[in-house]
Amino acid sequence: MKVFRGNLMRLTRPPLPVQAKGDPVHVRIRDVHKSYGDHHVLNGVSLDIYRGKTNLIIGPSGSGKTVLMRQLIRLEKPDAGELLVNGVDFAKLEGLNLAAMRRTFGMVFQMSALFDSMTVFDNVAFPVREHTDLSRKEVRARVMDRLSALGVADAAHKLPAQLSGGMQKRVAVARAMILESEILIYDEPTTGLDPITTEMVDDLITEAEEMFGVTSIVISHDMASVVRIADHLSFLHQGQITATGTPQDLLHSEHPATAEFVRASRISLD
Amino acid sequence: MPDAAPTASATPEKASKLRAAARDAGEWLIRALLSPFVEISALFRLLWEAVFWGIRPPYRGRLFVEAMEFIGIGSIFLVSLTAVFVGGVLALQLVDGFRDFGAENQTGAVIGLALAREVGPVFAALMVTSRAGSAMTTELGSMRVTNQIDALVTMAVNPVQYLVVPRLVAGFVMVPILTMLFNVVGVFGAFFVAVSLLGLDPGVFMDRLKWLVDWDDVSQGLIKSMVFGVAVTLIACRQGFYAQGGAAGVGRATNRAVVQSAIAILMLDYLVTSLVLGQGFF
Repeated sequence: MKVFRGNLMRLTRPPLPVQAKGDPVHVRIRDVHKSYGDHHVLNGVSLDIYRGKTNLIIGPSGSGKTVLMRQLIRLEKPDAGELLVNGVDFAKLEGLNLAAMRRTFGMVFQMSALFDSMTVFDNVAFPVREHTDLSRKEVRARVMDRLSALGVADAAHKLPAQLSGGMQKRVAVARAMILESEILIYDEPTTGLDPITTEMVDDLITEAEEMFGVTSIVISHDMASVVRIADHLSFLHQGQITATGTPQDLLHSEHPATAEFVRASRISLD
Repeated sequence: MPDAAPTASATPEKASKLRAAARDAGEWLIRALLSPFVEISALFRLLWEAVFWGIRPPYRGRLFVEAMEFIGIGSIFLVSLTAVFVGGVLALQLVDGFRDFGAENQTGAVIGLALAREVGPVFAALMVTSRAGSAMTTELGSMRVTNQIDALVTMAVNPVQYLVVPRLVAGFVMVPILTMLFNVVGVFGAFFVAVSLLGLDPGVFMDRLKWLVDWDDVSQGLIKSMVFGVAVTLIACRQGFYAQGGAAGVGRATNRAVVQSAIAILMLDYLVTSLVLGQGFF
């Protein structure tokens, strides 16, 4: 096992609290608030993210999904509330502790956010080169192993711009998982994709979960994905969770906004 | 009086609209007056962050070399080309002007002094702004609007350390080198025009240049170019790093970066000259 270099030695992930390993809830979000000036986007969001499951957070445009995602990965700091990851409050961390804790998460952005000046191989190798002292040979082996598992090994020497949307998503998943993060967050992974690629990306999320045993959090407004992949879901409306449970629970929700969203998406379990 | 009621209600409505318009105008004026200070404080904040992260490992040598190659080596042709013509036009103007009172022998001296102290540092920095500064803003801006900078953060890599520090160091190191290049090529341009085209004696041209220009003049120019190098890259990085609003936003950020850099170069030129010459600012 290679060690982390320089001051980043401290970026080793903090050990899990004893009770965390057997805890079915991986992340507890409690009463999270976020405002921009007078505009309150999150008004006390509380929900649980279940370990090893595909957790969807859905809601209409402007409901605060992306803002919630940015708090979850701590791209922004919540105004108030707790983000308990394995029992550690991620919202309170700063500096190197925050950087270390970030390694718990892997992030797949809506447009993949691959570094366009690097090849696919270099994109996936980037976190390994930054945070480990693995030799070139070991880096190569690890990257190619991950690319092969996700079926994009042939594209290793291509630039992201030369790949289709679906392949870019696969590479983004490979990069997010290369340091064996526990939680993988997908921000609107199927937005703007055609139905076939959408289904492919949905399959990819399930595959990644089964292959790497990760907890998946999917931010989406795509109800078709809900039915296909969700183990557990939460409906976000005007900065609050208005319904939570299984897809069946959501489809039969009596909350007006949730029921309207389900009706408008014309999806049923049949 | 059937019209009385609408008139009475219209007057307070009009007054409240006027008050709102006056308030908006006032807010706009205050924002406009404060914006330069806000911008300058943001630049100093980014500079402080860059220093804070710049002294911490890991030190990514490859990124420093790439930034120096991009800013320095990539600007050699542009700097040389402009230097030849600037030197040439200085020679044309000075020989023409000095001939009126028989002082054309001083052309080499004045050109050497002007290049070393002012023209070299200012033009080299302007060329770096137009070529490398605008490209840096566009690159970082594109990274920002496509979430690549957020991706760095999520991978526990500090984006200031990874993206800004190498560029700042490269600006600090390479702009003085480009300034020296500008000076040398500018003198060649001036020499060619003054001697070959206007018939000045080559020995006198070089002798006068060596007689008047000393190390203090060159070092004054180099100090300025170091300041310009940091200012230009800092402004370019700041505008790109915080760009928003998609492709149009990146375009606006690039435009702001070039304008602000040009203004900063000329203002800093005055301030640094005042300090170096011990004249006070105003």
